[in-house]
This record gives sequence, C-alpha cells and structure tokens, in this order.
Amino acid sequence: MIVRKRLFCAVIAGLMLPAAAALAAGASDDATERELEKYRQMLKADPWSNPGMLDVDRGEALWGEKRGPNKASLEGCDLGKGPGKIDGAFAELPRYFRDADRVMDLESRLLWCMEKLQGFEASALVKRPYSKANQSGTELEALTSFVASKSNGAAFAPQLTHEKERAALALGEALFFRRQGPMDFACATCHGDAGKRIRLQSLPYLSQPEEARQVVGEWPAYRVSQGTVMTPQHRLADCYWQMRLPLVDYGSEVTVALTMYLVNQAKGGVIATPGLKR
Amino acid sequence: MLRALIRVAVVASMAGSALAQGAHDLDRGALDRAIKDSWRQAQPEWLQRLKQDDTQALCSLYRNNPPADIAAAIQAREKAAIKYPAAGVALMGDWKKGERLAQSGYGMRFTDYPPRAENGGNCFACHQLDPKELSYGTLGPSLAAYGKTRNFADADVKAVYERIYNPQAAVACANMPRLGASGFLSLEQIRDLTAYVMSPESPVNK
Repeated sequence: MIVRKRLFCAVIAGLMLPAAAALAAGASDDATERELEKYRQMLKADPWSNPGMLDVDRGEALWGEKRGPNKASLEGCDLGKGPGKIDGAFAELPRYFRDADRVMDLESRLLWCMEKLQGFEASALVKRPYSKANQSGTELEALTSFVASKSNGAAFAPQLTHEKERAALALGEALFFRRQGPMDFACATCHGDAGKRIRLQSLPYLSQPEEARQVVGEWPAYRVSQGTVMTPQHRLADCYWQMRLPLVDYGSEVTVALTMYLVNQAKGGVIATPGLKR
Repeated sequence: MLRALIRVAVVASMAGSALAQGAHDLDRGALDRAIKDSWRQAQPEWLQRLKQDDTQALCSLYRNNPPADIAAAIQAREKAAIKYPAAGVALMGDWKKGERLAQSGYGMRFTDYPPRAENGGNCFACHQLDPKELSYGTLGPSLAAYGKTRNFADADVKAVYERIYNPQAAVACANMPRLGASGFLSLEQIRDLTAYVMSPESPVNK
C-alpha cells in the first residue's frame, strides 16, 4: 500500500474556515459540530482523505520493516491473537499476556514488542511518545494507528476471562470515579452525566454504555486543532494533565486499566479509526 | 471522626455493598500500588497531588453520593476551614478583575510552570455568567443574574464567597473544585469573583 496523496488539505481548509468563523461570531457549538459532521461524512465517502491515514500508512511500513538493534520486524509480535496476527486484535485489547504476566493495551504491547523483538530501549521510547502539534506522528503513534485501523468495522470485545483482566476492569472503574489533585477532579467530573459541555465542547458521558459505544472506537483520532494523531494513551494523559496531575507514564497500569474500563463500557461499539476530532 | 468513617465505609464496601459493582472486588491496596507505579517519571514534589484527603477519599468511595451522616461530617469540616478577609474588608472586591479570572483557565498544569500568569477561576468552563458570553459550559448551573435575582442581599454575598472558597461546605461531594481551600485562588481573587457574581454593576446582573 502506498500513501495516496489526496487533497485533504483543501478539505481541512474548508472545514476550518466556517468552524473558526462560527466560533468567532460566538455562534453555538452546533455550527462547528455541523461542519465537523460534514467533514466526517466526506471521510466516510473517501477514508483516504483523513490525514490520520498518513500515520496508518507509515505504521504499516514500520510494522514490516526490520529495525532496531536486533534488525527484526514486528511481524513476530503477538497482539493476543498469535504472532503477526493484526486483524481484529485491537478490538480485544487490553488483555492479559502470559509472557509479560500483565494486562496490556495496544500501546504498551507495541512497546513490549519493540523492546523484546527489536531490541529498542523502552525507557528511550517513552521519553517522548507523543508528537507535538503539527508534527508527523511518532513511531508509536504511527504503529498504534495502523494496528487499530486493522480492527475497523469490528466491535469491541473486552477480554475478561483472566483474573488480572477482571482486576484491571475493577481498577479502571475505581480510577474513573477517583477524585484527586488540587481541583478535586475525577474522570467522572466531566464524563459522568449526559448532555454536558466545557465551554462549547461537548463531553461524552462515558459511564453510560450508549455514549461510550459511540466515541471510544474513534480513538486513535486525528485532531484537526493539533494537526496530529492522538492515541488512547495520549488522550488519557491529556485528561490527567488538565486535572492538574503530573504526567502519567506511557502504557502505565493506571492508563491501561482506564482503557479496560472504557472499552468494557463501549462493548459492542464499532471501531472506526482514525476518528476525527476537533 | 472522618478517619473512622472512612474505615467503616471501606469495610462496608469490602463486605460487598452496592459499590462493588465491578466485575471484580477491588483490593484497595491494589489501587494505591497502581497509582504509585504509574507515575514513576513524575517529580517527587508532584506525587503529593495523587494523594487523597479524607473528603476526596469519601466522595470517590460513594461516587459523590455519601450517606447523610457522612455528608454532614464533610460539610461541617469543610465549613470550619473557610478563611475570610480581615475584619473590615468587604467580601466583594473588584468585579472587573473577577471577570478576567472567570475567563481564565490558567494554572497548576505541569505546562504552567514557571507561572506566566495568575491562576484563573475558569468559571465559564462550567457556568453561564455574563449572558453576552456565549462560550460557557453546562457542568454547573447558570449563574446569569445570580445577584439580581437575590436582590444583592448581604447573606447571599457571603454564601457566594463561601461557595467559591469551598462548595463542599454547602454540598458534600459537589463537583466544583474547592478553590480557596486548596489554595488555587487567593482570598483576594475570591473577593473579586464574588463581586463578579453579586455586584449590581457586574455584567452578570445586567
């Protein structure tokens, strides 16, 4: 597969202008949201016009490339369905991995494979796992985008057979409602009720399965305001940043557990990545 | 007393109360360990923010819906800790400064250091205030014309000051941050915000 150069820049410009104008005029959230919806419809008609697909494409190349001190590809990486099996793997993550003896989400598993198969140093990879605004995605972001996209159309099917998987779910649920920090915030402060918004930004009601099913499967997502793909780990780290907590470690037990909770809330929701977000 | 209540509450939840809704009964030690293990890269002085005070622990445990006796204990304790301006200083400051504070969401994120501005109250993130400002959130109730509808009464000025300083003095486990109690805002800033909500000259009441 090669990168298909489409005129997505023109599409973005078409999106941004009316959106910015709507905000500047103090128009309601609806106008911006309508423009985003128009854009989403265009993306459905032609998925390759989503700039996030550049990261998907780059991730595919990285997946097969022999890299790292061990000069190995990731094709031997077991994402839960057997070495090299990518199709539908993201829909069943996070899950317990015997070799690591812990529950891992897609990103922590990719990190594991890059360390164990390719010989990269995980500590170096997690130093800057997120790209800055308007930069192309990091390798981890590209790989995450690629693997997630290979579950597009599949429904989230959380794995809760292993005791540690059930423990991760319970931990994630407790974390969702845990209040902490100088602002007393929990995830539930903003995502525990229907129809709420911060300023004009609508907030998904994530402790309710109907809304969780609609939004969780859109991550990783391309963020128009940032010009980058944002992965689920990055999304959660950003929430904790806004909650005035220190930067949470990439692929940590806490962020994996929260992912387990969200995926379980979104059980049956269809995956459509990369999503498109403001 | 609160410590004792927490202990009772934890024991009750471990015994399998309605709170144990997860697929797995959570070992609370596991939660503390996971938090410790998940911020290994954080500076030691930042880790304090992950520790809960008694109020946060109880509100988390009861998902912001504590039983009446615990709610009363939280409110009494939070109320007793409210600090007021020195004698003779009005509870209302400058509403214009208050307006700027209500608009600003700056402060205490790890990208906000060293500080480039004073902390903001970020009121518009959750509340409608000045009806001319259309970019407002809905997590909290609308406060448009709040002072006017209360005839700018002194008792309400005091109540608003206290509500900003520590909303949990009035409503245990309220979603709103305890902006004064946590030191996020100074008494001076809270006076300015009180004026923004309660002053007859403030656009909130126009």
